[in-house]
Amino acid sequence: MAGKVITVTSGKGGVGKTTIAANLGAALAAVGKQVVCIDADIGLRNLDIVMGLENRIVYDLVDVVEGRCRLRQAMIRDKRSEGLYLIPAAQTRDKTAVSPSDMIKLCNELRPDFDWIIIDSPAGIERGFRNAIAPADVVLVVTNPEISAVRDADRIIGIIESEEKGPAQLIINRIDQNMVNRGDMITQEDIVELLAVGLLGIIPEDEKVIVSTNQGLPIALDDKNLAGTALRNISKRLLGEEVSLLDLSNKRGFFGKIFAGGRQ
Amino acid sequence: MSSFIDRITGRKRKSGYQAKERLQLVLTHDRTNLTSDVIETMKDEIIDVISRHISIDAETVRIDFNKDGRQQRLIADIPVIGPRKRR
Repeated sequence: MAGKVITVTSGKGGVGKTTIAANLGAALAAVGKQVVCIDADIGLRNLDIVMGLENRIVYDLVDVVEGRCRLRQAMIRDKRSEGLYLIPAAQTRDKTAVSPSDMIKLCNELRPDFDWIIIDSPAGIERGFRNAIAPADVVLVVTNPEISAVRDADRIIGIIESEEKGPAQLIINRIDQNMVNRGDMITQEDIVELLAVGLLGIIPEDEKVIVSTNQGLPIALDDKNLAGTALRNISKRLLGEEVSLLDLSNKRGFFGKIFAGGRQ
Repeated sequence: MSSFIDRITGRKRKSGYQAKERLQLVLTHDRTNLTSDVIETMKDEIIDVISRHISIDAETVRIDFNKDGRQQRLIADIPVIGPRKRR
């Protein structure tokens, strides 16, 4: 195996990086891939709780980097998802405990044993973000259809390009189709035009995402849920499958369909 | 900020569109790190240089940023009047 490293980043916090990293991990493992997720947000550990593995942490990323344990010892195996592992972030240290070259070395050690190495980047454009993109083969930029998130995405895309980690691929998360329909949300077409990057996927706003995160379960494994389908589609595109973007306008109700006529 | 056409048709621009317009401006600014003051200064300097060699209509010179993918392009539209008048 020659594992591919994908880094999920965003600039702005709270747009869904961790949820997307956890779900892409679960979706890729569900189709038989060997996957390890790395939480690069040192000091603000969260990927563990989103993946439902928070009770099983013994060693963390900083322990590996500082040689207090072997790499394998810090890897938590997800018992529900065959082939899925997590390397948690340290909670009591800060981002300077790890360097970009540490991350490159770590990922090179993991590559032979895994198909996918998914790094959950911290928000911001500082050391933690630099750590997260240093080993990346593919950088996914997550944004929301909100001006502040789009602006930050543009900044981050610029940095990714200047670090020669581009072209970044965009995921637009939490699209509220009702708001789009009434003209009160910036559209996915407008965001792609503004940012001028490739669109890897769109994910609709869906309260079930919070429900499943509450339970520590990946929504991507729920094939009846549209956000779950969106996340699975993204994982398929990463695997090179051609999957067309979800048509969110289909979610309109009966009257919405009548009034919308033949649009889209 | 609403345009003339919007006003005469009485159409209110939706907030999603406003978001796009505002982002367009701020992203150009973020990417080039130029304030409108600096752009004005630059424009005056360009007019100055060109005028040394050819007679131009300085009043109608336009300097704009154009986007080509993620690449910013500085476009100058400079109406030429004729050869430089010899003084």
